[in-house]
Amino acid sequence: MKIKEKIIEILLKLCASITILTTIGIIGVLLFESITFFKNISIIEFLTDTRWTPLFSEKHFGILALVSGTFLTSAIAIVVALPVGLTIAIYLNMYAPKSFRKTLKPILEILAAVPTVVYGFFALTIVTPFLQTIYPGLETFNSLSAGIVMGIMIIPFISSLSEDALYAVPKSLKLAAFGMGSTRFQTAFKVMIPAASSGIIVSIILAISRAIGETMIVAIAAGQQAQFTLNPSIPIQTITSYIVQVSSGDAPQGSIEYQTIFAAGLTLFLFTFTLNSISFWIKKKFQEKYE
Amino acid sequence: MSNLKKNRFIDQAFNVLGMLFTFSGILILVILIYNILRVGFTRVSWDFLTSLPSRRPEETGIYTAIIGTLDVMLLTIIFAIPIGVGAGIYLEEYAKKSKMSSMLEINISNLAGIPSIIYGLLGLGIFVRFFNFGGSLLSGSLTLSLLILPIIIVATREAIKAVPSSLKEASFALGASKWQTIINVVLPSSFGGILTGVILSLSRAIGETAPLIVVGALAYVPFVPHSIFDTFSVLPMQIFNWTSRPQPGFAIAAAGAIIILLLITFIMNGIAVYFRNKWQKKLQ
Repeated sequence: MKIKEKIIEILLKLCASITILTTIGIIGVLLFESITFFKNISIIEFLTDTRWTPLFSEKHFGILALVSGTFLTSAIAIVVALPVGLTIAIYLNMYAPKSFRKTLKPILEILAAVPTVVYGFFALTIVTPFLQTIYPGLETFNSLSAGIVMGIMIIPFISSLSEDALYAVPKSLKLAAFGMGSTRFQTAFKVMIPAASSGIIVSIILAISRAIGETMIVAIAAGQQAQFTLNPSIPIQTITSYIVQVSSGDAPQGSIEYQTIFAAGLTLFLFTFTLNSISFWIKKKFQEKYE
Repeated sequence: MSNLKKNRFIDQAFNVLGMLFTFSGILILVILIYNILRVGFTRVSWDFLTSLPSRRPEETGIYTAIIGTLDVMLLTIIFAIPIGVGAGIYLEEYAKKSKMSSMLEINISNLAGIPSIIYGLLGLGIFVRFFNFGGSLLSGSLTLSLLILPIIIVATREAIKAVPSSLKEASFALGASKWQTIINVVLPSSFGGILTGVILSLSRAIGETAPLIVVGALAYVPFVPHSIFDTFSVLPMQIFNWTSRPQPGFAIAAAGAIIILLLITFIMNGIAVYFRNKWQKKLQ
């Protein structure tokens, strides 16, 4: 009996340790292939060159060209999602009737459940042609359309998580502000948002991290041309869509093309890992403010 | 305008803005679904579901993609559920408050934030190359299993946490061992919560494209996989491939495949919400 219990505990512990192995595996694989890559390509060139052309005959390995594309689409997405998502969060928390909040929140969360390949299709076949009627200079593949659609996808991240943060603010604070004669708007911006600021910031950081790692929307709608640019109307390439482009072809193992996707992946991992760690730190530090 | 009037005006204006943004979010969802139905609805037919992919857009179908999606789902269930639920039970019921358990916790929340395409690179390095499984059904399913593991673990922990401790104490008082209590008391009363998490994580897995592209899933597979070592395609792969082609006929086929994918996703989410509501009522 005792032995059986012990064996079960060990088995369960093994299940939990698979998560540690996953992390070790990710870091190991990324580092292993990247080290071979950096034996051939100097890290200075990787960080300072602004051209990224590993698939051409004249090869350049400047990750900045992919980073700028990633930055551009993510920035557009955040410009769309942040004001809309925060306004929705405040509206649902402070203004909307209770029944509204209960039904609207899950409906908005459907936006986050739609597979990203569907959003890519939506961006390319519906949003881009629509934007072209307003702005004829827009090319078929561009970061504007991809960024906007990505923003729509991450609205529920910001609105739901921020609303949770607002909901967690003690009722007494809200009632005190109302008691002093504040309007809902004043209460929201002078009392609730400052009180929920750590939760709101965490939601924004997670949304940024999500945007940086988003793949299919940009792979379908933003093009395949790595360019060091901030022009939203021309084709660009992000870190993620470069990995997709190489993987869709057939890069033989050991070739420099094969290694580039791990170097690009390592760069992406470092970005999202930093953002996630910051959000984790904020969450831990400010979590028990009111308890 | 007096200060009071001004403040009331701003308050009302924000109310309208909030309503506007909330409903435009829903409106966009409606526009998306409407447009996909408008383009693809006529394409969805029994033939479309049972035809092999073809170079001619009007003859092509999603048979291999649907079977591939179902195969991947089945294998992912087999790999991810026992490990995820097991890990969740361990963290909630066995792990003592120690450096080790808080490290496990930080690690899991970090894994949940890693972009899915990085999991693809992990799968490529470990399953495809190191274990030499190639771009097979097995490699794809193992990769997706690792991807959804954090979701299942978190859902399992939440569900177990919600079980009243009085139930557990009653079981211990009757002389049951820890494992007997878990099997006979904890798991049955947290079943609804765990099931909700599992279904949501699976719905995420079948919508994933990026990690499978990296692992080597193919867009054109002219036969149904016979073993777990065969090459495979899934619905999102097929959609991605058709969307990237210039002929308008393929865009229509892509819209048709999207209708099927969305249908599966929404049905799974609906079932998950149904179980969650039922389970929450039972707990109260």
